[in-house]
Amino acid sequence: MFDFLQGYDVLGAFWMTVKLTVFSALGSLVLGTLLAAMRVSPVPLMRGFGTAYVNIVRNIPLTVIIVFSSLGLADIFGVTMGASDDFKLQGFRLAVLSLVGYHAAFVCEALRSGINTVPVGQAEAARAIGLSFSQTLRLVVLPQAFRSVIVPLANVLIALTKNTTVAAAIGVAEAASLMKTMIENEAQTVLIAAVFAFGFVVLTLPTGLILGWLGKRLAVKR
Amino acid sequence: MKLRKAAAASAAVLALAVTATACGSSDKNDSGSSSSGGGKIKIGIKYDQPGLGLQQPDGSFAGFDVDVATYVAKQLGYKPSQIQFIQTKSADRENALARGDVKFIAATYSITDERKQKVDFAGPYLLAHQDLLVKSDSNISKGTDLNGKKLCSVTGSTSAQNVQKTIAPKAQLRELSGYSECIAALQSGAVDAVTTDDSILAGFAAQDKYKGQFKLAGLKLSNENYGIGVKKGDTATVNKINTALEKMVSDGSWQKAVDKNFAPAHYKYEQAPKIGVIVK
Repeated sequence: MFDFLQGYDVLGAFWMTVKLTVFSALGSLVLGTLLAAMRVSPVPLMRGFGTAYVNIVRNIPLTVIIVFSSLGLADIFGVTMGASDDFKLQGFRLAVLSLVGYHAAFVCEALRSGINTVPVGQAEAARAIGLSFSQTLRLVVLPQAFRSVIVPLANVLIALTKNTTVAAAIGVAEAASLMKTMIENEAQTVLIAAVFAFGFVVLTLPTGLILGWLGKRLAVKR
Repeated sequence: MKLRKAAAASAAVLALAVTATACGSSDKNDSGSSSSGGGKIKIGIKYDQPGLGLQQPDGSFAGFDVDVATYVAKQLGYKPSQIQFIQTKSADRENALARGDVKFIAATYSITDERKQKVDFAGPYLLAHQDLLVKSDSNISKGTDLNGKKLCSVTGSTSAQNVQKTIAPKAQLRELSGYSECIAALQSGAVDAVTTDDSILAGFAAQDKYKGQFKLAGLKLSNENYGIGVKKGDTATVNKINTALEKMVSDGSWQKAVDKNFAPAHYKYEQAPKIGVIVK
């Protein structure tokens, strides 16, 4: 029944999916936190930039962003991420760049909702003892905000894991691209799709369960 | 405890989902009597391949596959107005036939041993070869010229795999999601050549917007025998289609269709193949 799996590096393809996910998750967490800080900062220009970034990027389909990163950024503007004559590496880096840019907007919004759960009194007290804006954010507000948005962030992470499949559109050899190859050769669409669907469930289900449990544990009880 | 429940529940949901997809083929009563007076016939084609199967801005279809399908349907007793064309993407072709969504498929469907286990083929009706589309001033003339060059093909396609395995393992292969994207990369100079079946490349090169910019390198890198896919076990239909295809060649309609669709591309097509003769 599953003999069509022979001769294909399914694990290798999923390893590529994992790599894309991990790099993009770390990147978008950093960029998303920065954006969230911008959106709550007292500087109007920063607030404006953060708001504009989130609203623009969030409303462009990921496929468009990823394909543009390859056909536009790389081919026309020469942004090859230091891999101009190695398409495999170039595709991977461009995919991570696109995934980071796209999911940072979602991370930012999740975090901002977390910042809104922190009572205003906390920030006022921090200001009263003489902390600067960035100290207030770093030491008082963000730690509490993060603890309350672990579950929404887990949602973003699960979406990100599945969204890595779009990288197949620019030739990154991850799970979805191997799936295309196998369907092309084997004429076993349903079984192959089921195997890959199962593979993604194996990746995302524990993520959701563990982070859900962690979110409950760490939530600030008010 | 909660964890275990959640995991068990989701495992059950997954199992359900898989069985639902696997058993989603209901037995449609296929009223495929060929002498049907007022019925419709559903035929699978490609919508996005110029010269073979392309949806026009006005919603009609044009291309060699479309002409072959229309001729075959006529021989089966259906007027053009009774034909309903359905898009069958490469990955859906076997399922569309198994489910009975379409009576037959003419969509650059290469006859291979793996596919023969799933569907029956009539034909072949065209012998295509994997080839390269290069800029008009390019000097690529044989497969080994490609090592070190930049190639583009569609993710997962047989052509892409051939390049990596046999033709030019050292070539830089870029895989994009469609041939239109590859041609865009060729136009901007990001790649040196686009590779897939010559029939498909010819169709793209013949489009008005690319007139005179590209040429086919003329390498016969593989043999692609285009057949008409029919539901497994439907031998009666296979035989009828084979008869229709033979007639199409003998009465000159095949030649007309080839000339009409491939002439602008200067495509050196192969002569009409004999029914049942598959060039390996």
